[in-house]
Amino acid sequence: MDYLMGIKGPDFVMVCSDTQAAHSVISIKHDEDKIVPLDSHKMFGIAGEAGDRVNFSEFVIANVKLYALRNSTELSTSSVAHFTRGELAKALRSSPYHCNLLLAGYDEKVGPSLYWMDYLATLNKINTGGTGYGAMFVLSLFDKLWHPNLTEAEAVDMMEQGIAEVKRRLVVAPPHYIIKIIDKNGIRTVKTV
Amino acid sequence: MSIFEYNGSAIVAMAGKNCVAVASDLRFGVQLQTITTDCPKVYPIHEKLYLGLSGLKTDAQTLHEKLVFRHNLYKLREERNMKPTTFGHLVSAVLYERRFGPYFCSPVIAGLEDDGTPYLCGMDSIGAMETAKDFMVAGTAPESLYGMCESMWKPDMDADTLFETVAQCLLSGVDRDALAGWGAVVHLITPDKVVSRTLKGRMD
Repeated sequence: MDYLMGIKGPDFVMVCSDTQAAHSVISIKHDEDKIVPLDSHKMFGIAGEAGDRVNFSEFVIANVKLYALRNSTELSTSSVAHFTRGELAKALRSSPYHCNLLLAGYDEKVGPSLYWMDYLATLNKINTGGTGYGAMFVLSLFDKLWHPNLTEAEAVDMMEQGIAEVKRRLVVAPPHYIIKIIDKNGIRTVKTV
Repeated sequence: MSIFEYNGSAIVAMAGKNCVAVASDLRFGVQLQTITTDCPKVYPIHEKLYLGLSGLKTDAQTLHEKLVFRHNLYKLREERNMKPTTFGHLVSAVLYERRFGPYFCSPVIAGLEDDGTPYLCGMDSIGAMETAKDFMVAGTAPESLYGMCESMWKPDMDADTLFETVAQCLLSGVDRDALAGWGAVVHLITPDKVVSRTLKGRMD
């Protein structure tokens, strides 16, 4: 089962996902990166049905890139979030995409933002959040540990505590995880666990 | 669990003397898991008209976007805001367009007419409209809310009394509902201003 969690700090956003690609009870791949970059300062953490996940994220990334090329300007994180919601909502009543996602981004004027979206196209702006079985264990842990002046080191520690909790208590806990961060300098991988 | 109870919500609107108040809870959840506690369900359309949308959050967001779009076009053409009665009928029409594949929302519309008379209406997910002179409720705790409102409402309450009444009705009404709560936001609409207050209730 996919694990996806995000934490927003005062000047960064951090997203953690597991790196397992599974097909029913078989683990096909251990290093599948489910956090895909949209552009230099935005990324999607996307979890759910395998085909939909890749198809939908590539579709949104292509459209964001097309807009940037046509209009010589990048979209803000809020615009991408609302565009994504619109696409999910349009498809919902015909052939829905079955994926839940976190959109993390850093804009110059606004700073960091983290958006949560589920497969029904419900959009929420959040400080901490996530999807999946793992989130059941970790959401309240993050509620307790988060504060508005979080440092990057504290956020990494929070993520690691979350991963440890999932490994301890979830029967089908994934073995490997990746943690990425966005700040004013762009996207980078913090660590793999 | 029904699709109307997938996210959870509670909305109360009440009329006073030349004022209306509309309030909602702040919980956003997916079935029994709470995701955020800062998600209001009442949206402003213009300074004297508020729309509350209970039910499935994605449909509430889509409907809100559609209705704001329609109102913006109306403002460009008519060069004035829409009257609450008109808006009520617009919402009803928009919902009935989807009669056989409806939006899973129950709207509550609260506003003040041009002369200051309160306007309250509510409808089901396919646009069956009912106006009320006293109060309108919607959401996952309707029985509790009806009980509270029926006992607490009095005609011709002034703005401060109305605010207190709406606040207490909502906060107590959601206590017995697992899917609604985690605080409340109350908008008090009077002919000259709107006062919005965020309240803390039982945070569970």
